[in-house]
Amino acid sequence: MNLHSVPLKIENVADYSIGNLRALLNEIAARLERLAEDGIASSIDLKSLPFAPGEYEQLRFLLGTGEVSARIEAIGPSAVVETRYAGVWWVTHYNVEDDIIADSIDITTLPEILKSQPADIRDGLALLHVQLNDEVQP
Amino acid sequence: MNEHDTLGERLRRQGVSRRAFLKFCAAMASLMALPPGAAAAIAETLVRTRRPSVIWLSFQECTGCTESLTRSHSPSLENMIFDMISLDYHHTLQAASGFGAEKSREDAMKDNYGKYLLLVDGSIPLGEGGAYSTIAGRSNLDLLQEVAKGAAAIVAVGTCASFGGIPEAKPNPTGAVPVSHIVKDKPIINISGCPPIPVVITGVLAHYLTFGELPARDHLGRPKAFYGETIHDRCYRRPFYEQGKFAKTFDDEGARNGWCLFELGCKGPTTHNACATVKWNGGVSFPIESGHGCIGCSEPHFWDAGSFYAPLSTPSAKVSTLAAGAAAAGAAAAVGLSALDRANRHRAQDAHEKMTSKDL
Repeated sequence: MNLHSVPLKIENVADYSIGNLRALLNEIAARLERLAEDGIASSIDLKSLPFAPGEYEQLRFLLGTGEVSARIEAIGPSAVVETRYAGVWWVTHYNVEDDIIADSIDITTLPEILKSQPADIRDGLALLHVQLNDEVQP
Repeated sequence: MNEHDTLGERLRRQGVSRRAFLKFCAAMASLMALPPGAAAAIAETLVRTRRPSVIWLSFQECTGCTESLTRSHSPSLENMIFDMISLDYHHTLQAASGFGAEKSREDAMKDNYGKYLLLVDGSIPLGEGGAYSTIAGRSNLDLLQEVAKGAAAIVAVGTCASFGGIPEAKPNPTGAVPVSHIVKDKPIINISGCPPIPVVITGVLAHYLTFGELPARDHLGRPKAFYGETIHDRCYRRPFYEQGKFAKTFDDEGARNGWCLFELGCKGPTTHNACATVKWNGGVSFPIESGHGCIGCSEPHFWDAGSFYAPLSTPSAKVSTLAAGAAAAGAAAAVGLSALDRANRHRAQDAHEKMTSKDL
């Protein structure tokens, strides 16, 4: 008996969902409405939600990729992608071993993680001053 | 490293940016089951935090709980040990042994009296004066009582430390009891599970660091953030349960289609834990996703709660209807009916017959 004779049934995960996704998409829509009307940003933690095998991939497919895609390198990579629905961002943080440590849908105009942080700005300014002082003046 | 540095100071010296720290806090918020928006607030608190001394005592256990923690991906154990806590005593992980090891525990207790965190895995045997399990010639009971005195709080890691676990299973030859049976005057949190989910352990520690107290607990002393709902509540197969689609055997069409495992003995409906969402092995899957029902390992006396493969006993409509009618006629008749129902169930269990909802 060889491997090809094993009767395997390959399922197409791209269109597979047992109903968990519809609930999630409705929640995203409700939050996006809040952002559009009242400017209230919010976030959905994907790690706390149940997904059947294939549904996570299906969610990626449904939300798609929009105009902005950013990569952050800070103790492991982070992917910040605006989906095809403006204001709906998919933010995934990985550790240095490439395991996902946080995964969320952010409904906002700009995810906080993309902004320069005040503490880092002060450190950068100090570093720049040191460099200017060290430079040999012409 | 200066022991009195705050976490923020240490990280800054290691060249970790605030953005990187914010990312770490986003992971922490997810860990603690807090809203993702809490990351900024956690960052503000944690940068000012000094790392607490932690003493870990292992009693009557299998080391599965430590194995679980060492597989914690987020944050990694290295992060936990070197950045967030000062793990001053742990049999399995520390390099020191013998008198040196015991001295490090005594030093940590003296230097941090009233402030250190005590983690315990394993149950405590009381039989034969505690002779069933000893460390450095002292019984587990003696050691626990001494170390608990100076602890700010106690974390019981695993079902053995939380509820007695497998050592306490019938006939409990060693007289095993949980931590809460011995210590009555300290805040105790139970992180049950056999083993517990690694990120739940780190999540509770992160909560203690961030807020300076143990998280809210349920009636069994477990953190509500992780044990507030049942496996069934958050199971991705729940829609099949609602539709009445059940696997009847482990290799039938229903099993292949990933239908609900209730009739194959899944204890998800009565088991409180976060396996269905946090999952295992760095978020890869959990038992139900691999086709096996939940065995209920985070609940008290799970080992003595009948077969893992017998469906949960639920009264059928037929019996309750009859019983209600009988109750009107006389309470004695109702008792008789439910006893008959129980007898049928026990007979089937004894004969190892697969029970279905019809049998119930």
